[in-house]
Amino acid sequence: MSTAAAPASSVPAGARSGWWEAVQPAARDPILGVTEAFLADSDPKKVNVGVGAYRNDEGKPVVLECVRKAEQIIAGKQNMEYLPMGGLVKFNDLSVKLAYGDTAPVLEEKRVAAVQTLSGTGACRLFADFQKRFKPDSRIYIPVPTWANHHNIWRDARVEAHTFRYYKPSTRGLDFEGLMEDLKKAPEGSFVLLHACAHNPTGVDPTADQWKEMSQLFKSNGLFPFFDMAYQGFASGDTVRDAQAIRIFMEDGHQLACAQSFAKNMGLYGQRVGCLSVVCDNSQQAVNVKSQLQQIARPMYSNPPLHGAQIVTTVLSDPELKEQWYKEVKVMADRIIGMREALKSNLEKLGSSLPWKHITEQIGMFCYSGLTEDQVDRLTKEFHIYMTRNGRISMAGVTTGNVEYLANAIHEVTK
Amino acid sequence: MESFALKRIAAVASHLTPTAPPPQQQQALSMEATASAAAASVFDHLEQAPEDPILGITVAYNKDPHPGKVNLGVGAYRTEEGKPLILNVVRRAEERLLADRSKNKEYLPITGLADFNKRSAMLILGSDSPAVVEKRLVTAQCLSGTGSLRVGAEFLARHYGVKLVFLPTPTWGNHFKVFMNAGLAVKTYRYYDNKTRGLDYEGMLEDIGAAPSGSVILLHACAHNPTGVDPTPQQWEGIRQAIRNRGHLPFFDSAYQGFASGSLDKDALAVRTFVADGGECFIAQSFAKNMGLYGERVGALSIVSKSSGVATRVESQLKLVIRPMYSNPPIHGASIVALVLGDGDLFSEWTVELKGMADRIISMRHKLYDALRARGTPGDWTHILKQIGMFSFTGLNKEQVQFMTREYRIYMTLDGRISMAGLSLKTVPLLADAIHAAVTGAKA
Repeated sequence: MSTAAAPASSVPAGARSGWWEAVQPAARDPILGVTEAFLADSDPKKVNVGVGAYRNDEGKPVVLECVRKAEQIIAGKQNMEYLPMGGLVKFNDLSVKLAYGDTAPVLEEKRVAAVQTLSGTGACRLFADFQKRFKPDSRIYIPVPTWANHHNIWRDARVEAHTFRYYKPSTRGLDFEGLMEDLKKAPEGSFVLLHACAHNPTGVDPTADQWKEMSQLFKSNGLFPFFDMAYQGFASGDTVRDAQAIRIFMEDGHQLACAQSFAKNMGLYGQRVGCLSVVCDNSQQAVNVKSQLQQIARPMYSNPPLHGAQIVTTVLSDPELKEQWYKEVKVMADRIIGMREALKSNLEKLGSSLPWKHITEQIGMFCYSGLTEDQVDRLTKEFHIYMTRNGRISMAGVTTGNVEYLANAIHEVTK
Repeated sequence: MESFALKRIAAVASHLTPTAPPPQQQQALSMEATASAAAASVFDHLEQAPEDPILGITVAYNKDPHPGKVNLGVGAYRTEEGKPLILNVVRRAEERLLADRSKNKEYLPITGLADFNKRSAMLILGSDSPAVVEKRLVTAQCLSGTGSLRVGAEFLARHYGVKLVFLPTPTWGNHFKVFMNAGLAVKTYRYYDNKTRGLDYEGMLEDIGAAPSGSVILLHACAHNPTGVDPTPQQWEGIRQAIRNRGHLPFFDSAYQGFASGSLDKDALAVRTFVADGGECFIAQSFAKNMGLYGERVGALSIVSKSSGVATRVESQLKLVIRPMYSNPPIHGASIVALVLGDGDLFSEWTVELKGMADRIISMRHKLYDALRARGTPGDWTHILKQIGMFSFTGLNKEQVQFMTREYRIYMTLDGRISMAGLSLKTVPLLADAIHAAVTGAKA
């Protein structure tokens, strides 16, 4: 490795040099690396169904109108002072109302510790560090498959991670028996990561009855439910319906925790807006827990960013903007549901002999196509279609303009 | 103060309360099930954490109903009217961003906004810096100064052979936890001299010389927090040689560039001298104070390495630290900074506003000094004039500070640090009275 010629006032002979020679190049992030590759491709037919960011039918990113209006209202704000370590209090209050219900008893009893976080990732990481600090010997159980970064997060928090069966390739649906079997083996006091709705990457969600059965198991076996809710409103178009798993667990008296993200449902991706909430025994405990969460946040980033939280607060506290938001979220959800139907019917029209009903049975931004890594590679090389190698298709990247091309290509590599 | 004690007692009491036993059998629960019927929380054993010593001052200040209260706690700039300030250039940049409908809110790359990274690095290093020219530089947008320090510390904990960092005594309180939570051992080097209220230069060089070879040395690039005591250019040269001679790794915390002297270049001198010698270093930059972007959390971590090949690999490893922490940084503040740094007019106007803030602080130093002299307050107060930046280490002890808070409603940290930015022509006399009373031992 050649080095720059040392200038006159150079490092003395006794000094160490080249501290970083041993640093190996890290593997590319499997998800974000897909978009990098897509951007580098010059083929006009290229399709990006990689990263989970919503696109409209023209394939363009969308800034919601309710968000634009909120930004106009915020513009010329009084100051940009530091938020408290736990973030904007009003934001936290509105976030937990959205997750648990406006009149949820736990909220009225002030039993929920809530802090603003760096979107969903930050909420998960804060909780993982918190879990390590206060329950150092506990385990986290992670579904197979899951968003790849979940493993990174709990690993960096140094929490012992185990997995439980979730997706059944043969049915392209939920492996409920496997899930219950594996979780029954989890020791009491284990924490379990659950996707509240629109499971990423499979799009496979438990039914209400299945959630209820899981809730009973958690109660009897002393398991802690941690919900990652990144798609509330985005999955079915209905924010109440998408939170039903949490409501079911709350009815059973669980003390759970929830990571909320406003990246997708408010299109605030790059603003990094999220909320971590932990349900406690009583209000004093909620104060304690919140204070400890803040202790973890302080040496990580001191306090969370202001702008995105102000947008969310403005939208959720203004009845008209909130109504508009509900409508816009439904539009996004409906467009995706429409594209699922279009992709499935296109594949059937092409005479594909494979089953494709999972495309419309799965929900949310992603479709777990069942494509193999080789098939995915062919899609990229031959058809310039970009997706993650686990066969996950971001339905948000599908449009009326590219759905036929996509169906064709999938048919080609699977027939 | 009493209510804080009561809170502590309540926290301990709840900790000692026996918890409910866990449920033994599966049971259907009705809507009426209350928390007491269910198992106690798995976090029942938690105590309430103490308030952050710095941010807690503002909490206490806000609670105080007294009209004459003065907040000299957290280091956020205030105008003469005691109000927070949004810079004109920031307002204009925000307006432009708002008006540009083509702008979206997509995820930034893991290492942030490329344009912001480039310009931030050039700001601290100078556009003609060898590190910039020879592409031996990696810059990642992070969550202000704290985030830049933490990401750098995590990187060091994973990839650097000597997992030991030396912090000056005293230093910003949060430095300890930032490095410790990242997994590094923390030690200190002498810095502030109580007797002279200036730099303990000999002590500093001695401790740097005694540190195990290759240690990470944290340096405040300018306007040392909390003391306001900076090395002279000659002293910086001695420090640089001591560090390079021992093969140490310098890690700069640059939170006040332009804010200290009023000159961006002057405040970057120490950093640039180190980079000019061809050695490696880390730099954490914050735009909280110098662009008034506090709550938007804008900062950058720069790593200067020996070669550009190393820089690429370092960047890939930085991403692995960042992704499981927060995935990618917030877009708003960085977009503002990139706009201001990239536009000639906005940049010029910024330098003027920056100098305005620095000059007001310098004038407050003079006013306070004059006020103490006018009262004949015992002691040498010239350190108030010699120290630089937002803070002054008054030399007052804990009891004196507590007295000043109790009797004069002066809110400041117990180490005797005052935020000069919180002073105004109106409040200088109040502070001078309080200091005078504390020092002359006036009793409650």
